[in-house]
Amino acid sequence: MPVEKTFGPKMPHPSGPHQRLADFGLASQARQAASVRFISLAAIGFLAALAFAAHVSRFDIWQLIHGIPRVGEFLGGMVPPIRLPTLWSDISSWYWGLGKWLRLLLTTVTMALFGTVAGTLIGGALSLLASANMGVRPATVFVVRRTLEVARTVPDLVWALIFLFAFGLGPLAGVLAILVHTIGAQGKLFAETNENADMRPIEGVRASGGTWIDEIAFGLLPQVMPNYVSYTLWRFETNIRSATIIGFVGAGGIGMELYESISLNYFDDAGAILIIVFLAVTLIDMASEALRLQITGHAA
Amino acid sequence: MSLTLEALPGARAAYLEAAIRRPLSRRIKRVLFAALASAILVYSAWVCEIFSPKLLAGLPKLGNALLLMLSPSGFQYLPEFLWGLLETISMAFLGTLIGAVLAVPLAILCSSKTFPIRILQFGFRRFSDALRSFDHLIWALVFVRAIGLGPIAGIMAIALVDLGTLAKLYSEAIDNASKGPVEGVRAAGGTWLDEIRLGILPQVLPVMLSATLYMWESNTRSATILGVVGAGGIGYQLADRLRVYEFGQASLIIILIVVAVSAIDKLSAWLRFRLIGSA
Repeated sequence: MPVEKTFGPKMPHPSGPHQRLADFGLASQARQAASVRFISLAAIGFLAALAFAAHVSRFDIWQLIHGIPRVGEFLGGMVPPIRLPTLWSDISSWYWGLGKWLRLLLTTVTMALFGTVAGTLIGGALSLLASANMGVRPATVFVVRRTLEVARTVPDLVWALIFLFAFGLGPLAGVLAILVHTIGAQGKLFAETNENADMRPIEGVRASGGTWIDEIAFGLLPQVMPNYVSYTLWRFETNIRSATIIGFVGAGGIGMELYESISLNYFDDAGAILIIVFLAVTLIDMASEALRLQITGHAA
Repeated sequence: MSLTLEALPGARAAYLEAAIRRPLSRRIKRVLFAALASAILVYSAWVCEIFSPKLLAGLPKLGNALLLMLSPSGFQYLPEFLWGLLETISMAFLGTLIGAVLAVPLAILCSSKTFPIRILQFGFRRFSDALRSFDHLIWALVFVRAIGLGPIAGIMAIALVDLGTLAKLYSEAIDNASKGPVEGVRAAGGTWLDEIRLGILPQVLPVMLSATLYMWESNTRSATILGVVGAGGIGYQLADRLRVYEFGQASLIIILIVVAVSAIDKLSAWLRFRLIGSA
């Protein structure tokens, strides 16, 4: 706003208070007009984007409306009729596969656990090489950062598809996919934490003759540990969710069973599996929240 | 750096070391905890076939695949890939929009500040929890079974998860809003709708916009894989190429996805800056 610059607290205006008032009015009118212009442009752009997106994605409201009852049917079919007199047998026939499902769920949880722990250790080590303030050569920092970026930008499901080619069906492909994605995500978050760390303790260790390892162990880690722990627990919760769906492509765990039950229209099986997955995820979230509270002293 | 306890006279060194050492019970606890944690980890690795010969046997194949991915190919399919990408972006946009529009009334019903009936409010909260606790891919599969293959299943999957997530975020914003303006509107004789429109909305609008833009970015990422189960978008082509081991073409698709996702991130950051005035 060039007009505004002509008046200020210390600069006497060349042409008195009336002119100042008029200038102020003009300036605010210009501001308002600019804001109206921006909003109307944004609205036009938004509507155009909406129409374009609806066209590209063949959005058909009637197809949707016709489909809704079938979604209801699906969700309704997920819980079979359970009558009070035959309560136990109804539930046990609904959960006929409980043993198998729990075993698969255990595989899912171990996939998330191993992927998180191993991925955090590797990602954490790489994060030191990806932080600009750790005395690593800039070229190394650049290369490690780009590598981490690739690892985390490719979705874990896509990693799983690649690993399936190399290692065949089973949890190995899934756990490696989670591992690679975790390395990328943790490496980036940890590197950001490292770069925000206070440099004085690190310099102190260096000044008293410590090696690079000493600088990390006694200067850096004590300050960043709470953040590391918090990110790791959060990543574990995310990985549990990833591990349940990674089986959709055959990479092990409960996901494969869930995929089959949904695509073969075994609604009650799908419902039973979804309920135990939901319970497991909720339990793990609660445990992780409690742990985080105990370790870092505050919730997420 | 060594503490050079050795340099001290013997008795004093022993005294110091005893003072620095942790008590025996705590040391035993630590060892036990470490042993238990490693046992669980090794067991997990065993369940996940980390120790199976499959791992070593597959490494050369993996190397081959990654080498092939270093040289993207299939540029003659570029129009098809770009169309798929456009479909993905549209799905994320429409899904986020539908979710966000539906989330506003749900959030109002979820917050104690705007909806006084506790039991119903609790029910609405659990409903939004349930919507967001299942991954996009699970919802997408359900919608593919119910309304057929195609982007519309993906849109609905994104919309439902967003409905749950945004209802939670919006209602938290409403919970955190100051009561003052609401009471002012009530004192001036406003209705319940006036209270929300004039007392709450101006306070929470920036938070809502910011959360919605964030979900849009995040949904663009999620939408890239929805095609794996047939719910539209570039994920279909990607999974298809990977399943027939066309790693060069898959690599081209991945590059396109990375570029598109970072472009959407930039666009969203710019919009956030223009609309809210902070990055």
